[in-house]
Amino acid sequence: MITPRDQQDLMEIIADGVARGSKLELRGGGTKDQFGAPRTGIAVSLRRLSGIVDYDPGELVLTVRPGTPLVAVEAMLAAEGQMLAFEPWGAEGATIGGTVAAGIAGSRRVTAGSARDHLLGFTAVSGRAQTFIAGAKVVKNVTGYDLPKLLTGSWGRLGAMTEMTLKVLPRPQQTITMVARGVSLRTAYAAMARALGSNIDVSAAAHLRTGEVLLRVAGFAVSVEARCAALADLLANHCELRPLPCNEAAPMWRRAMSGDDLLGETRWDVHLPPRHAADLIEALEPQQIDWAMDWGGGRVWIALDREQGRVRGEAARLGGEARLAQAPPELRLRMPAFHPRHAGVATLEQRVRQAFDPAGVFATGRFREDVHADQLFA
Amino acid sequence: MSIAMPVPDAQTLAKRDRIIAAMRDIVAGEGVIDDPDALRPWESDGLTAYRQPPMLVVLPETVDQVSAVLRWCHAEGVKVVPRGSGTSLSGGALPLADAVLLGMGKFKRILAVDYQDRVAVVQPGVTNLAITQAVEGRGFYYAPDPSSQIACSIGGNVAENSGGVHCLKYGLTTNNVLGVELVLMDGEVLRFGGPYLDPCGLDLLGVIVGSEGLLGVVTEVTVRILPKPEAARAVLVGFPDAQSAGACVAQVIAKGIIPAGMEMMDRPAIHAAEAFVKVGYPLDVGALLIVEVDGPAAECDHLTQEIALIATENGAVTARVSRDESERLAFWAGRKAAFPAVGRISPDYYCMDGTIPRRCLPEVLRRMDELSEKYRLGVANVFHAGDGNLHPLILYDANVPGELDRAEEFGNDILRLCVEVGGVLTGEHGVGIEKRDLMPEMFGEEDLKQQQRVKCAFDPQLLLNPGKVFPTLHRCAELGRMHVHHGALPFGELPRF
Repeated sequence: MITPRDQQDLMEIIADGVARGSKLELRGGGTKDQFGAPRTGIAVSLRRLSGIVDYDPGELVLTVRPGTPLVAVEAMLAAEGQMLAFEPWGAEGATIGGTVAAGIAGSRRVTAGSARDHLLGFTAVSGRAQTFIAGAKVVKNVTGYDLPKLLTGSWGRLGAMTEMTLKVLPRPQQTITMVARGVSLRTAYAAMARALGSNIDVSAAAHLRTGEVLLRVAGFAVSVEARCAALADLLANHCELRPLPCNEAAPMWRRAMSGDDLLGETRWDVHLPPRHAADLIEALEPQQIDWAMDWGGGRVWIALDREQGRVRGEAARLGGEARLAQAPPELRLRMPAFHPRHAGVATLEQRVRQAFDPAGVFATGRFREDVHADQLFA
Repeated sequence: MSIAMPVPDAQTLAKRDRIIAAMRDIVAGEGVIDDPDALRPWESDGLTAYRQPPMLVVLPETVDQVSAVLRWCHAEGVKVVPRGSGTSLSGGALPLADAVLLGMGKFKRILAVDYQDRVAVVQPGVTNLAITQAVEGRGFYYAPDPSSQIACSIGGNVAENSGGVHCLKYGLTTNNVLGVELVLMDGEVLRFGGPYLDPCGLDLLGVIVGSEGLLGVVTEVTVRILPKPEAARAVLVGFPDAQSAGACVAQVIAKGIIPAGMEMMDRPAIHAAEAFVKVGYPLDVGALLIVEVDGPAAECDHLTQEIALIATENGAVTARVSRDESERLAFWAGRKAAFPAVGRISPDYYCMDGTIPRRCLPEVLRRMDELSEKYRLGVANVFHAGDGNLHPLILYDANVPGELDRAEEFGNDILRLCVEVGGVLTGEHGVGIEKRDLMPEMFGEEDLKQQQRVKCAFDPQLLLNPGKVFPTLHRCAELGRMHVHHGALPFGELPRF
């Protein structure tokens, strides 16, 4: 593993990689190494490009280097009563750079947007070993193409970010989770849709296999309790809601947003129109599965032990798509992590990657379809 | 008129008749306009200082027609300028003498609304306001609200990544669009995103939104719709100067309040607006702030009191909380009429659109005053204070020789100032032709080249909306070359691998 000291060092490493025809695996804390096909590229850790560059709470922006631990970023924001509104989550050691490069978002994503909606600007080194900037350090900007969106979730295939500017928001004064128990699949969807479509301002909605519906109400203390009461009234015909103590709510939200304690060695992350979440689970349930639902049904984690190759097909049939979030190496080798795209879109993706990295110095081995496309166009 | 457009291609002009015939084969009847008089109304968009009648106008009605038009133009090397409602303030839809102007105005249908999943699928010619009107009966709305929302189309909003006064809380267009159908310059029809969140693969949708019509032609848009807040209240606050108003804005945000809208007006703007709509704005103040909060009624009541308190602590001379909906709308009436109001006190005005870090507001206003003296032109300021988006209105008279040029130079200096203090050239109006030549103020050569390489991935012949956004048109082959002078780098001998 190579660990560049600074941006100049990183540029030189990438230039050297280009000259030698190497494949460089950009890496933060390495907590997502198990995502995608097993690979053989040379790991370049951005861990030492770490620390806060600029943080002005009043401007609602934070500029930070990618190797900064996510927990450190969150602690610093919390000290100023602020937060990353997309509710990123990760294993211990996750970095802010890896979080953004993987496009991670938690339960609040359904109302507050994803990582893509919060990266305002960056400095990066492209596959040409050139430093470039895009976006800006202010919250409202339409100058030039929105390359920050493109780099978010690009898994280190377009450039190595060396500085990133994120939009931050005030942390709610109070948060209450309301829970209903023993709720059936269809009723749970209806209740979550009703809640998210109401003006009670529900910030997150999840449903677990054990029958719980979780609804989060956050904001100023003066209104939170009144809204919780209003919510219980609104959903009285669907289920019975009660407040849930924070220490009980936290692990349940964690399961809904990450699926990381579900039972099964293979875990799928299905994104689909929420109205079809119940259809998906019912279609798969003849098989032994564990599952959790977030984003009001827009995200369903499916965990299972014996992969029978049905999840992706069912997701597609219901108008959504399935990401292979975790699987044994043997399965990750033959099953692409990303849902297959339309051939025209895949070709365009390949051309866009080439626009940033014409020599292919950034490893694409995590995504088998990329490797295939690169061979096709080589 | 200092911005030069690409020299029209003589070969294209020479085959105009053949192009018209080919377009008529694709779009029958009145969908192809070639009569010089009939072309006149299409000669400019909202940036009216620039006018250029198009070679011809094509108004397709189906996606197949859009695809066929683009495919033919691509094969023949004919340029295409897409146009929504033509309200761009930066010249994004300015026609070219040798290009087909592709008007999307006939795509006017709302295709589907799913209230449970909170999404609407609409055609690009649907106006921004029409989306809200279609869903408000069920208590929903579409959040981005550019001031041209009665007229501007959602397709144009996607191209420009349009904002509005509610951006800080609800985001720009890009944060509210879930998917598009897009026709590439070669006629291929592709879909990006859809009625679910965060699809797999590169976020091409993210770069399509705000690409100013340079990457493809949008033929369908999927947006998220939101439940209408229970209540909205506004606080109208007068301050002796912009400095204290700016301090109040900072304090509101520091208290953890994200208002739905936070608008500031300076003295000239206040006076112009009050003279026009007479809503009772105080005339003895240096800056006026309208702070709107929305959400649950109990929360709104609490927050308006907090805001009024913060305002008083920061030296407010007047602070009024709207007592009912009509008073709230009255507070806004002056702000919403600020542009036409300024139009009454000056024969012409030129609207700028920079964003600055809010903390720099006093400095920027002071230096803008100096520039105003230097150029001998007045300026009125309206400001989306919450997100730092500044709209200086430069007052001039186009009939006085040299004033337009001076106004443009003044505007350019204001935008340079925005960049100098850490801000940007455009917060919501787009680069278009207006700010095209200023792009190097904000971006280095490599930054701009990297953006253009993305353009090349979508449209390698550079036929779609050329002459916009980028100050220098590099050929894609030239941009694709890679220059790594390995031998010249000081680390060649390092045993890294």
